[in-house]
Amino acid sequence: MNRLAIPKTYKLYIGGKFPRSESGRVYEVLSHTGDFLANAAKGSRKDARDAVVAARSALGGWAGATAYNRGQVLYRIAELLEGRRNQFIDEIESSEGVNAAVASAQVDEAIDRWVWYAGWADKYVQVAGNANPVSGPFFNLSVPEPTGVVAIIAPQGTESLLGLVSAIAPALVAGNTVVVVANEHAPLSAISLGEVLATSDVPGGVVNIVTGSPAEIAPWLATHADVNALDLVGAGNLDWVELQISAADTLKRVLPPEAGADAATPALNRILAFTELKTVWHTKAIL
Amino acid sequence: MKFLDYAPAPESQALLNLKSDYGLFINGAFTAGRGTPFHTINPATEQQIAMIATANETDVDAAVSAARHAYDGVWSRLSGSDRGKYLFRIARLVQERARELAVAETLDNGKPIKETRDVDIPLVAAWFFYYAGWADKLDHAGVGPNPASLGVAAQVIPWNFPLMMLAWKIAPALAAGNTVVLKPAETTSLTALLFAEILQQADLPAGVVNIITGDGSTGATLVNHPGVNKVAFTGSTSVGRAIARSIAGTDKKLSLELGGKGANIVFDDAPIDQAVEGIVRGIFFNQGHVCCAGSRLLVQESIHDDVIDRLKRRMQTLRLGDPLDKNTDIGAINSAEQLARIRELSDLGEQEGAERWSADCEIPANGFWFAPTIFTNVSTSHRIARDEIFGPVLSVLTFRTPAEAVAKANNTPYGLSAGIWSDKGSRILAVADKLRAGVVWANTFNQFDPSSPFGGYKESGYGREGGRHGLAAYLKPAVRSGSRSIIAADHRTPSVTKKSASAGKKSVSAEKAAK
Repeated sequence: MNRLAIPKTYKLYIGGKFPRSESGRVYEVLSHTGDFLANAAKGSRKDARDAVVAARSALGGWAGATAYNRGQVLYRIAELLEGRRNQFIDEIESSEGVNAAVASAQVDEAIDRWVWYAGWADKYVQVAGNANPVSGPFFNLSVPEPTGVVAIIAPQGTESLLGLVSAIAPALVAGNTVVVVANEHAPLSAISLGEVLATSDVPGGVVNIVTGSPAEIAPWLATHADVNALDLVGAGNLDWVELQISAADTLKRVLPPEAGADAATPALNRILAFTELKTVWHTKAIL
Repeated sequence: MKFLDYAPAPESQALLNLKSDYGLFINGAFTAGRGTPFHTINPATEQQIAMIATANETDVDAAVSAARHAYDGVWSRLSGSDRGKYLFRIARLVQERARELAVAETLDNGKPIKETRDVDIPLVAAWFFYYAGWADKLDHAGVGPNPASLGVAAQVIPWNFPLMMLAWKIAPALAAGNTVVLKPAETTSLTALLFAEILQQADLPAGVVNIITGDGSTGATLVNHPGVNKVAFTGSTSVGRAIARSIAGTDKKLSLELGGKGANIVFDDAPIDQAVEGIVRGIFFNQGHVCCAGSRLLVQESIHDDVIDRLKRRMQTLRLGDPLDKNTDIGAINSAEQLARIRELSDLGEQEGAERWSADCEIPANGFWFAPTIFTNVSTSHRIARDEIFGPVLSVLTFRTPAEAVAKANNTPYGLSAGIWSDKGSRILAVADKLRAGVVWANTFNQFDPSSPFGGYKESGYGREGGRHGLAAYLKPAVRSGSRSIIAADHRTPSVTKKSASAGKKSVSAEKAAK
């Protein structure tokens, strides 16, 4: 006798909690064959703004954590993802229409990507910072620091989990907090990743995941004065030039859309794109 | 003249050999501009110095074409060591003609000769000397092995440090292998045109550097030119925004160095006399026409009265007057327009309830002048605590705890500079960590060096000038064939979708609307 399964309610992930959209809206998530999989929350402007508030509140703690600590927390995500591989493989199989081997390879790569970025947390400052030999009695040091709140439009193509991880992990390394708009048509692994984040040691608000229509939500993030940077990696099908123009009003740092299998390829530059270089001059006594 | 007064000691203008008319410097030669020429004046006397050409769209096009031609034909094929040799030559020629450049700069800008002689022009030479040595060492610039230059760089610079800003822009661009079209500020084109003569003496290949003059519309035409690969702008935040809007969707690489409202934080354990010197250097250096000026003094409440007394006493000794005089501390405001803005914001400061005090100094009859001024009883909501005044006007606020000092210092959309005065090293390090500013000076202020990166957080812009990071702003990683291997992909840049034609039109009109 078959046991009747218990389907999951997929909600948003904001400030470490799993609220429904304040708008009360949902949209149907379908499998590649058109079968009903779930009702996902259709995030609104208000949800996006709540997510920014949560991200801003979490910034001090996350940016202020030691680099060793941030590295361990990011590594912990890989550990928990590893333990829930099968759940992600199932979701990817059903929503992306790939076989178990392909889905499994995607999950493996997503896990490895967390590990790779985790290792950067206590190294990128050494690689990108600099001691500067100025002409005078000064100790002069340049150090990269997190930019602040980063809004991300996650890749919208296939490989929904890997695309999401590839976009949010580099922003987290330096201590930024993130508001990410998930893959619209395949949002299930994004919300399940939220559950992984909630049960790993990532403080609430460090990653905020909004599902729904990127076309509807992105303009509110691009114009939001409390968002410091905008990663348009998955915005290729939106009017992304208009988003970039909106972002110019608050001089946000903007990364352009990327397409194809190489989108959001792991790179030190993705970490550094969301950092600011601070140079401090200290006087030396004349002995 | 009274006993112990200084006798006038003006620097001679005899070493200047200025022309009455200057054309545009395009493809290695001076050519007439097609726009309406204008006079550049001495802001200390309002006398005309020379006639400057205006580049119209055709001229901008010619300059960009010359730069492209030089890039394709000469500069991008030259070895790094040969590019470096040209930059070393330029550095030496600037040193040789340093006094002439200092006098010309003071004449055209109004800043004191002691600053152009001891700060601006030496830094110009240092900047070229520093980046000259980078030209054949680009593998170490931090963008991966064998990095590529970008192409033609469009550079638009402000009037506050005319030749120094030119050096900050041109030296790294050329070292990295780019060619340049540079537009100096309308009121301060003179030294850029003398610099063009230096380029001729250096025998720099034609078209590698092109200098076009004119007002903001010439600059807008330049940055929006489709033949440009890199835009570097230093100036106001409003124009910076307009540029960011106008090039949205293109693959032009952008550096913006914009406004600031720097906090100069003085703790109760600071060496007060040194701090007072630092406050003066922070806000009265270059008449306060400094984007990274320490225009907000945050002084710990317990020492407020003492600091203000000593600051006023020190300000009484500042000598305002003939910028060519070797004893002058405060020169002329660069333009009537800027003077009007300083007056407007200062009047607003009084209206909003802050207490105004100005040093007692004689204002010359002609020219544009503003006495060194401080406002006390300023609150964080006052316009003079929020807007960049860009003049010799200091707003004084107080704080009780380090946390309050940090909160007030960061309470601005800008994030360019900050200063910390304290004898306690651990406090300096902790406060420096929390300040959201690109440059922090501890027990000093307004120090610049070609090896030290400079640039802002937040609405003070993005990108860095100076140091290794300033070089990287003119480079891109080597183009390599794709592979998904994590290790090989380390330095890859994202592939960028090109902007559509309609989007381009939209952004250009946005730029015009903002002017």
